[in-house]
Amino acid sequence: MSTAPTLLSVEGLSKSYGGVHAVRNVSFALQAGEILALIGPNGAGKSTCFDMLNGQTTPGAGRINLLGFDTTGKKPREVWRLGVGRTFQITATFPTMTVRENVQVALVSYGRQLFNVWASTPQFARDEAGRLLELVGMSGYAERPCGELAYGDLKRLELAIALANQPKLLLMDEPTAGMAPRERIELMRLTAGIAREKSIGVLFTEHDMDVVFEHADRILVLNRGSLIAEGSPEEVRRNPQVRAIYLGEGLVYDARHREGAPS
Amino acid sequence: MAFYFVQFLTGLASAASLFLVASGLSIIFGVTRIVNFAHGAFYMLGAYVAFTLTERFSGALGFWAGIVLASLVVAVVGVLVEMVLLRRIYHAPELFQLLATFGLTLMVQDLVVMIWGPNDLLGRRAPGFKGAVEFFGQNIPTYDLFLIALSPIVLGLLWLLFQRTRWGVLVRAATQDRDMVAALGVNQKWLFTSVFALGVFLAALGGALQIPRDAVHHALDLRIIVDVFVVVVIGGLGSIIGAFVAAVLVSELNAFGILIFPKISIILVFLVMAVVLIVRPWGLFGKQEAAARRTPGLTVNPWRPLTSGERLAAWAGLAVAAMLPLVGGNYALTVGSEIAIFVIFAASLHFLMSVGGLASFGHAAYFGLGAYGIAFLAKMAGLPMIVCLLLGPLLGCLGAAIFGFFAVQLSGVYFAMLTLAFAQIVWSVAFQWVAVTGGDNGILGLWPEKWAAGPASFYWLSIGVAALAVAALRIIVFSPFGYALRATRDSLLRSEAIGIDAKRIQWTAFVIAGSVAGIAGALFAYLKGSVFPDSLGISLSVDALVMVLLGGVETVSGAVIGAIVYKMLSIWLVSQTDLSKLVLGGVIVLIVVAFPKGIVGMFETLRNRRRPELPKPALLKSRIEGAE
Amino acid sequence: MKLSVQDLNSHYGPAHILFDVALEVGEGEVVALLGRNGAGKSTTFRSIVGLVAQRSGRILFEDKDVSDQPTHAIVSRGLGYVPEERRIFTDLTVDENLEVGRQPVRPNAPHWTREKLFTLFPNLAEMRNRPGGRMSGGEQQMLTIARTLMGNPSLVLLDEPSEGLSPKIVEQMVAAILTMKQAGVSIVLSEQNLHFARLICDRAYIIERGRICYSGTMAELDARPDIRDTHLAL
Repeated sequence: MSTAPTLLSVEGLSKSYGGVHAVRNVSFALQAGEILALIGPNGAGKSTCFDMLNGQTTPGAGRINLLGFDTTGKKPREVWRLGVGRTFQITATFPTMTVRENVQVALVSYGRQLFNVWASTPQFARDEAGRLLELVGMSGYAERPCGELAYGDLKRLELAIALANQPKLLLMDEPTAGMAPRERIELMRLTAGIAREKSIGVLFTEHDMDVVFEHADRILVLNRGSLIAEGSPEEVRRNPQVRAIYLGEGLVYDARHREGAPS
Repeated sequence: MAFYFVQFLTGLASAASLFLVASGLSIIFGVTRIVNFAHGAFYMLGAYVAFTLTERFSGALGFWAGIVLASLVVAVVGVLVEMVLLRRIYHAPELFQLLATFGLTLMVQDLVVMIWGPNDLLGRRAPGFKGAVEFFGQNIPTYDLFLIALSPIVLGLLWLLFQRTRWGVLVRAATQDRDMVAALGVNQKWLFTSVFALGVFLAALGGALQIPRDAVHHALDLRIIVDVFVVVVIGGLGSIIGAFVAAVLVSELNAFGILIFPKISIILVFLVMAVVLIVRPWGLFGKQEAAARRTPGLTVNPWRPLTSGERLAAWAGLAVAAMLPLVGGNYALTVGSEIAIFVIFAASLHFLMSVGGLASFGHAAYFGLGAYGIAFLAKMAGLPMIVCLLLGPLLGCLGAAIFGFFAVQLSGVYFAMLTLAFAQIVWSVAFQWVAVTGGDNGILGLWPEKWAAGPASFYWLSIGVAALAVAALRIIVFSPFGYALRATRDSLLRSEAIGIDAKRIQWTAFVIAGSVAGIAGALFAYLKGSVFPDSLGISLSVDALVMVLLGGVETVSGAVIGAIVYKMLSIWLVSQTDLSKLVLGGVIVLIVVAFPKGIVGMFETLRNRRRPELPKPALLKSRIEGAE
Repeated sequence: MKLSVQDLNSHYGPAHILFDVALEVGEGEVVALLGRNGAGKSTTFRSIVGLVAQRSGRILFEDKDVSDQPTHAIVSRGLGYVPEERRIFTDLTVDENLEVGRQPVRPNAPHWTREKLFTLFPNLAEMRNRPGGRMSGGEQQMLTIARTLMGNPSLVLLDEPSEGLSPKIVEQMVAAILTMKQAGVSIVLSEQNLHFARLICDRAYIIERGRICYSGTMAELDARPDIRDTHLAL
């Protein structure tokens, strides 16, 4: 993995709101094909970090380098143009369109056809949209109104939309929030499979330790805006500071992932 | 110097009423999320009732008791309105709430004339404040000093009420999350009613306090509401301190604007508003709203292009319409042309509001600009008709480009209020700048050239252009641009995350809609042979909204059907009654409460019901929960 | 019986969400309502407290029929509701948030004062004047529960109290809920996290596609991996 090219490198990222340091001097790097989890207590600054990477929030200090470009302070759509796909904690899709149309809009944007007033969108990039839906196992739902999808399916649709710009990096904010345990595992398996196959780097936040320990190659732990630990799932699980601040006694996630349990 | 100081004080005094009304609007909006268009009507009622009571009660005590009693009486009227009407529409999309309260305003206008007559009424001077103080040779009315002192006192009392009482805490909680307040055991119905009563009381007090300064007349409502919208847009909707600061700012700008641009003083207010919106889109003291409820929000049926059968039916409909000259007389043809023109106008608004989710309350501005564009080109430049028809709408396009740029920075009710204010500014310019626009007298003698002069030829021209415009807009709806526009409407977050520059898309849509409205206005000018400021007025903007609503705001073809039905009905109505505003207002309220899907929407619902039901989706539920 | 729900049916517009849901909660009992996202857990709670307009069926709270009553009236009888997504008043301070929830003392329910609540949730005591919007997710979750307890409820509906919280905070939540239970508050808890529910609850219902498809004690459910697998997708 160390030979893979660095997709994303973050140096000294900071942000404060009204005197409160939401994120303090955070630095890390992410390789192609790597799945990196960002965990930490509520309010530790995970969302702020994400918003800065994605361009929704301008960093107070620090540098973000994405694929060799300095994207510090760039707008979300500029970051997207460079090859970053994003899914949201609460899914954001277009409920009045069909599933296929949701993906087509993303493809329209990727093909720089947004101001085309003449073409017929229902015919635009149909096959390409179909392929993306197939990739996430949603082919059977292509003509369904998006507003009628079940929650887990919406998450998969979001993944298809996020893949439309052939991203090099996926940012996923609590990708499995609100899902049943098996759905969580399935979604993350799907994501991991696609990421490995296409050499996409994935950065995700998550509170479900079963998902994190199962799928992350590496874990970053954030507390009060600062990075307090970084390492493999095994290292993080054994880290006493992380256990004190975040993991607790391990009563509320799968026993297999508690400290000392055989992997 | 003394003169400027006195001018400053006059501005402060005028700010008092503006602040009272604006704070009332803000308080009501804060809790109920309704922008109460009828607030101007309550202001006007306050003035009328106070006039009657202060005439009846004698003495100083009688006057002041009359003022307070009048405000209380109007507050009771407000309570009735809240219980009978607003309670039914708290969960409706905000566009519907604006429209329903506008319907109320229309009804009040006719009722006021019925009760108090059409003439201006001059009220009593305030006992104890009849004189003036001399200041370096300038007279300052003592009543103005009283008003200047009043607003900070009211501001302080409101602050205490909201910060230091349990009622205030509950109201502030309800401002954020009404259902949660109910879920904590608070009777939110009465909380809402009491908030509405307070807001209306403040509006009525603002009106009542004006009678010693100003004549009472039946156009007070629209005049104040536009100023109030400007105030809350600048100050920030929901903020009382914002209402105070902005009321002072706007009043001072008016007071000094008169000195700088006597004819078009409103320009100054517009410039300041534009600057504020660029620097702080949510107003000086406002906070960014959580995602606005989507304007069309009742169904989730995806749109689809016409099937070949439906396309055939549309062609057949057009062919039938084209045969009208064979059976109809001149009157029928003129009515037919007018309907065709309004189909274009309604379709252009539909594009902005249903496709783009941007409900404009001032769309008539671009219609009227198109009409004035024709008038300038034909009368001043003397260009031939076909050139005028091609170039005239460009004025609408230009107006839309300028105002649209600012308007799309906002969304939801802010967008609605801002577009209304812009339209009213354009109207004021047309009305006041007599040298160029002819003011109230308009520009006359705009007749079509020979080839289009006959009623039948003009009718064919109109339906031809209407068919082209509707078809073009429909093509755009299903083009990549149309999808991008719907994407910004459905989820701003997601559209930005897939690289869509939402503001640019919305601005483009605004310009398209404004240009098409300009085409309608251009034809309208030729149809009537003249242009008046009415073509830019609020009532025309609202006509267009009602057409779209009547047809079905969530459908693709609703605007066309809505325009035809509405225009026929209103032409018939005007010939039947003198109280057309009362009836029209009642109809609007009725549609919003009982018939929100519109004609085409009802039809689609019926058709969908006959289809076998798909297994119903867990998510629909969670989506609706989220939407609440 | 503290709460008895019979034949509860709910709709959102054209969508039928709940089908003949029946639930019972005994005095002082802690009951879990388990199910996946969208199964109908939140709708069940919202229907019980009258936040769903279109519902039918009987809801008996302390043996009185409350099915036709508005939300505030149901809650004022001592039926507390803590919604998912926290929904604290972000512009109000911690103290003001608690003030909104304050209700008179009830004879049949434990009486919570601010001081008692600050003992239950020590984090809150340190930030009484902080606006809710400047608290972390975990602190907000504590505040929503404390706010509901200010109404001195005899029964509390807790909608997904562990969702989106760090494991450590979830453990604190477990302790707080157990304290509430000891104080004599009956609790219904909707959850997807079975680990969490197992630590607190006496009995469980499983809801799927708007129908109750299993009910039994927590121990019985533990012995039925087949049920957990089919209905909870563990």
